[in-house]
Amino acid sequence: MRVNFTVNGREQQADDVWEGESLLYVLRERMGLPGSKNACEQGECGSCTVRLDGVPVCSCLVAAGQIEGREVVTVEGLADYAAHRAAARPADGCAPGACGTSIDAARRWSAHGSEGEFGSRAGGGQTGEAGELSPIQQAFIDAGAVQCGFCTPGLLVAADELLERNSEPSDADIREALSGNLCRCTGYEKILDAVRLAAARQEEAV
Amino acid sequence: MAQKTRTTPAGTPTNVSQNHTRGGIGQSTLRPDGTLKVTGAFAYSSDMWHEDMVWGHTLRSTVAHALIDGIDISEALAVPGVHAVLTYDDLPATTKNYGLEIQDTPVLAHGRVRHHGEPVALVAADHPETARRAAAKIKVDYTELPLVTDEASALAPDAPLIHEDRDDHHAAHVPHPNIVHRQPIVRGNVEQARERADVIVTGEYTFGMQDQAFLGPESGLAVPADDGGVDLYVATQWLHSDLRQIAPVLGLPPEKVRMTLSGVGGAFGGREDISMQIHACLLALRTGRPVKMVYNRFESFFGHVHRHPATLSYEHGATKDGKLTHMKCRIVLDGGAYASASPAVVGNASSLSVGPYVVDDVDIEAIALYTNNPPCGAMRGFGAVQACFAYEAQMDRVAAELGMDPVEFRQLNAMERGAVMPTGQIVDSPAPVAELLRRVKARPLPPEQQWLAAGEAADVRALPGGLSNTTHGEGVVRGVGYAVGIKNVGFSEGFDDYSTARVRLEVINGSPVAMVHTAMAEVGQGGVTVHAQIARTELGVAQVTIHPADTRVGSAGSTSASRQTYMTGGAVKNTCEAVRARVLEIGRRKFGSYHPAWATAELLLEAGKVVTDGGEVLADLADVIEGEEIDVELEFRHRPTQAFDLVTGQGNGHVQYTFAAHRAVVEVDTELGLVKVVELATAQDVGKALNMLSVVGQIQGGTTQGLGVAVMEEIIVDPKTAKVRNPSFTDYLIPTILDTPAMPVDVLELADPHAPYGLRGVGEAPTLSSTPAVLAAIRDATGLRLNRTPVRPEHLTGNGV
Repeated sequence: MRVNFTVNGREQQADDVWEGESLLYVLRERMGLPGSKNACEQGECGSCTVRLDGVPVCSCLVAAGQIEGREVVTVEGLADYAAHRAAARPADGCAPGACGTSIDAARRWSAHGSEGEFGSRAGGGQTGEAGELSPIQQAFIDAGAVQCGFCTPGLLVAADELLERNSEPSDADIREALSGNLCRCTGYEKILDAVRLAAARQEEAV
Repeated sequence: MAQKTRTTPAGTPTNVSQNHTRGGIGQSTLRPDGTLKVTGAFAYSSDMWHEDMVWGHTLRSTVAHALIDGIDISEALAVPGVHAVLTYDDLPATTKNYGLEIQDTPVLAHGRVRHHGEPVALVAADHPETARRAAAKIKVDYTELPLVTDEASALAPDAPLIHEDRDDHHAAHVPHPNIVHRQPIVRGNVEQARERADVIVTGEYTFGMQDQAFLGPESGLAVPADDGGVDLYVATQWLHSDLRQIAPVLGLPPEKVRMTLSGVGGAFGGREDISMQIHACLLALRTGRPVKMVYNRFESFFGHVHRHPATLSYEHGATKDGKLTHMKCRIVLDGGAYASASPAVVGNASSLSVGPYVVDDVDIEAIALYTNNPPCGAMRGFGAVQACFAYEAQMDRVAAELGMDPVEFRQLNAMERGAVMPTGQIVDSPAPVAELLRRVKARPLPPEQQWLAAGEAADVRALPGGLSNTTHGEGVVRGVGYAVGIKNVGFSEGFDDYSTARVRLEVINGSPVAMVHTAMAEVGQGGVTVHAQIARTELGVAQVTIHPADTRVGSAGSTSASRQTYMTGGAVKNTCEAVRARVLEIGRRKFGSYHPAWATAELLLEAGKVVTDGGEVLADLADVIEGEEIDVELEFRHRPTQAFDLVTGQGNGHVQYTFAAHRAVVEVDTELGLVKVVELATAQDVGKALNMLSVVGQIQGGTTQGLGVAVMEEIIVDPKTAKVRNPSFTDYLIPTILDTPAMPVDVLELADPHAPYGLRGVGEAPTLSSTPAVLAAIRDATGLRLNRTPVRPEHLTGNGV
């Protein structure tokens, strides 16, 4: 079958997709976006977490056919997505917890290479090799929350979504939000540090 | 050409206090691969891709022990999109087995399978699902054989022999062919010492089968080459060990198997053994196409060895005033169907079975069994973990018998520098066991009833059972427990453990740049970070590039046994020192006539300059090395070790010892048997922290794996069928962020005079004592004896053991 959908602000088309293929497989093997990780492919570890119309999901549990006409953001597009969100915020700041990007705003976003308003900031949101990092990405590096890094893409997508809807999360909030993402290396302490750091920097910036 | 020479290690730590190079050792330099990893651009082994690649898949046995009467591949071959189906008959060379120490593991089962999930056949197809479906069409006729599943069935007079024609070097020394290896250790006179004991405590302990559960699945890409060889991109812990095992079964000379490390998603010992490496190469050579293999999580549980489950019988005696008199123990490790690292695990379990305590009179025996259970081998802590679980439970029980405080009792018996190990080896570097215990004990306890801290309503997220809302605090009791452990660093028992580093220094765009090339597997531990730090420190350059790890440079040894910072770090240090000597030699030749200090002063490389030890700048490094070829490759060895005597266990078997202590605070819902670990504090001596951020990360990660096996992690093997019951992340549970507590870490830096920079390996020690500390805390909370791990709810509600 043919599947049409939007990934990181770009319209994409995948041909000859077998009906049993997951969104994860389509992203990794057909779109050339291997950033979403294939750690369990059972929906248990969260390593493949992406946003589907703004909602974090395990892409291994989403059938390819379900993504027709929908919007997907992967770790490769996270910096671009965050930049768009920051720019879309009201200039006079907002109350804690009320600064989230609405799904509508996320849907309005499209990054067509350098034509888009924010498309050039992260290399078009495709490779992740160029451009600036999102606050949560930078915080993961700075806090030492990346070891083997296999869980990192999924955690980043989940943590970014947490900070979008709750700019001042308590430790319990962070633990609850990230409880679907397994990490085997860090013991999670430095992941907590990273989310706290990103939240603090976000507060400073507002 | 790199100049290749041999050296022995430098003996004493270098004083680096005068070196101010940014990003040098001792600084929490950030990972060089961090940006790639947070953007999704880092290429892990399962991300490899080739234009015309096909997918490989493994057919695995559905039974644990059986004769293979026949394999029919015709239906599988007929599936559209299938490129090859291989069985044992297709193996190209006379060598058909591989193994780390004993070559007893078949590439594909021949005539017999010995454990559930053993590889039987291979398929290559144009879509992974096609390969899986074709594999399902392979018909294998099995005649099931009687099972060997435990010590009784393994050592029974009529027990089936797992390897009937053993000719390995341990075979002649073991009392039964179903024993892989046996190591006794006898020192002093236990019978005499027992007479001095006022209390004697015996205990039986069981340690469950833990899995490394690294997140990146076994995977890689094999690309056939024009010369008849193969290029393999793979996640592993030791490229050269793989190469040594792969080339013979492919019938290729080693130089025709070129291996490059691809991104590794964690390892923890689980990648020491071969998994898909040979299979992918076989399929690539047969099809002439690049072959990608990626295990799914289910297959991953069959694709690597696990931590040895163990039963441990201990006896300790002590005098009224709290001094240990003697220790007797017997440790039985289940090695499963193939040897893997079992012999070395036996050596560790026996030699570290006393723990970090002074006991002069000991009688120790450790064995590993061959059974039809899943093969077991290396996992973080490697034999020392199981022993620590048992001896620490014993310490608490002896202290209780004596009416002493468990920490004070441990401190009273704690070893110090100069202590004698049960093997007779003298501990000749700092051994701050009592101090580590003091530090975790001195830490303030976390406040009681933290679930109330948020307000009037209980925050169930802080309670046992968490969001499942099982309790609002009623029936919740708190306990505190302590443990400490001892682990060896590096490969022991006379193993020729070495590492190789190549360092090139050149001018690029006017600046001096060092390139470090080793075959070290970066598995997430941060070796690439510290290698760059070492090169910056030793060469005084800002820019260091890390060459991809491959087999075009000499072996770096394994990324295991907490050895890489010591060994490959040591190799990088020594090689940089040789490069520095070469730089100064060139400098003297080029510029020696301009300043007398070139001939007379002690010269250093700092901040891109050649300077005197007085700080006077003699030349720009770039000017010295411009136009010169400086490219050095050296091997580094730690001081030699000895094999343990096969009868007495005596011998200087270990390179270095390392110590960590934990205090666990737990809360237990006694009604439902649920445990919440509230805090898990660590104190560890690391000798010298080359990168504190990484050190703390390693300690917290290791502590968490110990927590996991304390309360949830276990591969469950059905005792009737020897089949694995829970090969998924649904049923094999590893700790989530909700299961892990605050983990404060207290790092000591007491230099080991024999190690590079005085460092100690870090990664493993925290995995040891974490588990018994949690168990001790649960016992403290509940008053239950709890002699097995993991603790399950039924054990806490009176319905279990």
